[in-house]
Amino acid sequence: MSHLLEVKDLKVSYHSYAGEVQSVRGVNFTVDTGESVAIVGESGCGKSVTAKTIMGLIQTPPGEIKKGSQILFEGKNLLDMNEKEWQAYRGSDCAIVFQDALAALNPTLTIGRQITEKIMIHTDMNKEDAMKEAERLLTLVGIPNPAKRLKQYPHEFSGGMRQRAMIAIALACQPKLLIADEPTTALDVTIQADIIDLLKDLQKEFQMAVIMITHDLGIVADIATKIVVMYAGKVVETGSNYDVFYNPRHPYTQALLRAVPRLDVEEDQELESIEGTPPNMIAPPAGCAFCTRCKHCMKICQKMEPPTYEFEDGHTAQCWLYHEYAQK
Amino acid sequence: MKKFVLKRFLQMALVWILVSMFAFAIIYFAPGDPLYMYMTPGATGHKLTEAELQAMRESLGLTGNVFQQYAAWAQKMMHGNWGISIQTKENVLSLILGKLPCTMGLMGASMVLSLIIAIPLGLIAGTHKNKLSDNIISALTYVGVSMPAFWLGIMLVIIFSMQLQWLPSSGMRSIGVNTTWDLVKHAIMPSIVLSMNNMAVFVRYIRSNTITQMEEEYVLTAVSKGISKKGIMYGQVLKNCMLPVITVVGSRFGTLVTGSFIVESVFNWPGLGTLAMSAINNRDYPVVMGITMFSCTILLLGNFLADILYGFADPRIKIGKE
Repeated sequence: MSHLLEVKDLKVSYHSYAGEVQSVRGVNFTVDTGESVAIVGESGCGKSVTAKTIMGLIQTPPGEIKKGSQILFEGKNLLDMNEKEWQAYRGSDCAIVFQDALAALNPTLTIGRQITEKIMIHTDMNKEDAMKEAERLLTLVGIPNPAKRLKQYPHEFSGGMRQRAMIAIALACQPKLLIADEPTTALDVTIQADIIDLLKDLQKEFQMAVIMITHDLGIVADIATKIVVMYAGKVVETGSNYDVFYNPRHPYTQALLRAVPRLDVEEDQELESIEGTPPNMIAPPAGCAFCTRCKHCMKICQKMEPPTYEFEDGHTAQCWLYHEYAQK
Repeated sequence: MKKFVLKRFLQMALVWILVSMFAFAIIYFAPGDPLYMYMTPGATGHKLTEAELQAMRESLGLTGNVFQQYAAWAQKMMHGNWGISIQTKENVLSLILGKLPCTMGLMGASMVLSLIIAIPLGLIAGTHKNKLSDNIISALTYVGVSMPAFWLGIMLVIIFSMQLQWLPSSGMRSIGVNTTWDLVKHAIMPSIVLSMNNMAVFVRYIRSNTITQMEEEYVLTAVSKGISKKGIMYGQVLKNCMLPVITVVGSRFGTLVTGSFIVESVFNWPGLGTLAMSAINNRDYPVVMGITMFSCTILLLGNFLADILYGFADPRIKIGKE
């Protein structure tokens, strides 16, 4: 079965005065139709850059997408497309929701205008029909009084409502893939839960594939069927929601999970932090990027990059511990 | 809104009164005497006696200390009496209003000219940051900002009037000619000189606005909707770039007024500036005060209008709502 989206050996760098920052260093993962995938990782691990590359939002320069990288959407390599094809793809095939809706919405245009302009680009609807469609979308994302809201400006919306409006914009034209780049990070916790529920409902209703980018494992557990763990520009572990949470293979994933309080454990638990800092991406280490912070670090880890090992049904980890010679 | 307008008018009145005090004091303490021309024998050879001069001073309200004189002036002003010119014995207000259309025409033309040229240049420079076109435009703006108006005026006169003989060097109309084209021909160089400084400031301002706006995240959202580069520029960024320009235009009215003094002198344009220069040279106190206060009023109203306009143009700002 062919995948909806297939990211193959994606490498993205940024050129700065200090040198070439290798943000993404060979990322591979797939997303199927209707599947929801979470990309998890700490700040600076390259998850947002990956998302922006899929939307074609990387500015070159200073960014650079390395030769040999492939992003296949329905079998077509996005990175070979010209500007016209990108414009047709953006919005209608794939849409993105950003973290900070206040910054992501144009402050001087009404919400209605910001939704309808997208609809009018990708369909031949006239202004009136587009307005009706926008009203329907606002209702869909749970914004009360949509007809009135359409005429309002972003600053007249509350934080949660703004993010809902942002989702309504993304949903317009029914994209097959929705990328949510930390959609709840700027919101308070109760509203976070509402937005996550909303995304979950919409995903089910429209059989839309969702890529959720987050550093919050709590959100991941709730929404994702598949989890991609990123560290220092690479995918270190992928697997189903269940596999990654209950049977994490990579020491980084294990450490991450130990840093989150669990509600299903009754006795006192100690929360661990991960010592050290992520590596400098201008000069990434030759071996495993996590080796300086890893409890199980071996000699080989510092010298050579680990290959990807596959376990039961699609669960993979990039770690020398699973080599046949490694001590169990 | 009502409250805002009332508050602003009170503030403006305060500024106006302070300006009048300063202006009056400066003129009072400046050396020179409005009656100088009567003291030295001119062409007539008639020299006024001390008693005649004193009588003249009294009739012109030039006796007493600075406070008394100011009080007298202010009292007249409050009744709408702008005074009488010492030089020409004309009513100051009608003198100003008579010259006003010439100056307003010049100021308006130069404001329009500077905006028409500055908006596209600023946008081009902002969207091509650090590229060749931006570097050229930015270099030109530095030249525009630092070039003194009188020097530019004289250079233009030398090149276009004396060498090429394309344009008239001074005045507003040729004698005996009453066509619009003649007026335009006379106005070209003064408008260019007067707009140069503002134009450069506007270009730099619009350029930096464009750069900041282009880096805003809403531009990324617009890109991700599939809008073309042009569509984003005109549909999303342009309005946000231009909004703050309203305020800057309002605040540049001051430069326009002072600039017109210089430009009118250079080109002998028969407007307020020329009137002001001759009034200052002859210590014609009522006229100097009249023009100062008139310019002050224009400036305050300009800023006030800019604020009001901004409130209408930018949905985020609702004047008078807490």
